[in-house]
Amino acid sequence: MFYSRRSFLHRLTSGLLVSALGLLQPLAAAAAKWNRAAFEAGKVEAAIAAVGASDASPSDNIVIKAPEIAENGAQVPIEITSNIPGTEAILIFSDKNVQPYVGTFEFKNGAEPFIATRIKMGDTSNLRAYVRANGKYYVKVREVKVTIGGCGA
Amino acid sequence: MRVRLNGDVAEIRALLEHPMETGLRKDPATDELIPLHFIKTVIVKLNGKPVLETEWAQAMARNPYIQFRVRGAKPDDEVTIEWEDNEGQHSEASAKVPPPE
Repeated sequence: MFYSRRSFLHRLTSGLLVSALGLLQPLAAAAAKWNRAAFEAGKVEAAIAAVGASDASPSDNIVIKAPEIAENGAQVPIEITSNIPGTEAILIFSDKNVQPYVGTFEFKNGAEPFIATRIKMGDTSNLRAYVRANGKYYVKVREVKVTIGGCGA
Repeated sequence: MRVRLNGDVAEIRALLEHPMETGLRKDPATDELIPLHFIKTVIVKLNGKPVLETEWAQAMARNPYIQFRVRGAKPDDEVTIEWEDNEGQHSEASAKVPPPE
């Protein structure tokens, strides 16, 4: 089969254009960051290491409000306030969850370093609130008792 | 989403509608595991500038609730909340900052 040179060039450039457009997709997805290594860690120490917070200093300038006993582990209400100057983010871990890293909240452009939310806790365990302030980590730990675990059936 | 203004601080409360399935739960009707399905990232903006950005695990509660505050807000400022989940689904909601209380 004969392809003229013109049609060959046309096919070549169309092919290149299609694969170039294909490359744009993964770049867009990577823009919203999500720390897979931290989220998939099964041990809390590994999850903390994966976010780079292993050498956090304990701080009483982080205030955790959480129930002493959570009746429903699937909906544990927590409030975390950081009084540490320069707070950039609050990170949450629940030690006994299958994957202890629950998430990060980053504050920008006037947002106050405070978050109220609800999380799942699989069992009675430590709830850890890490704060990243000026690139350094601080931590407050608090036990929450859970009567009915929240992660599975 | 509910927004209130106290002075120049907007207090934002939002309930995001999402099952936040852990992948560990069985459908009682079929006895099969319900697949992992959860919001991974949330971005809240005030007048187009990001104020809150999150990375989440499936351990955030079903229909996740968030409450936070932003300083420097004025009436008529626009608050938008966008999220993306692990299946690539997106959602967006917006509201205006009301007059101060």
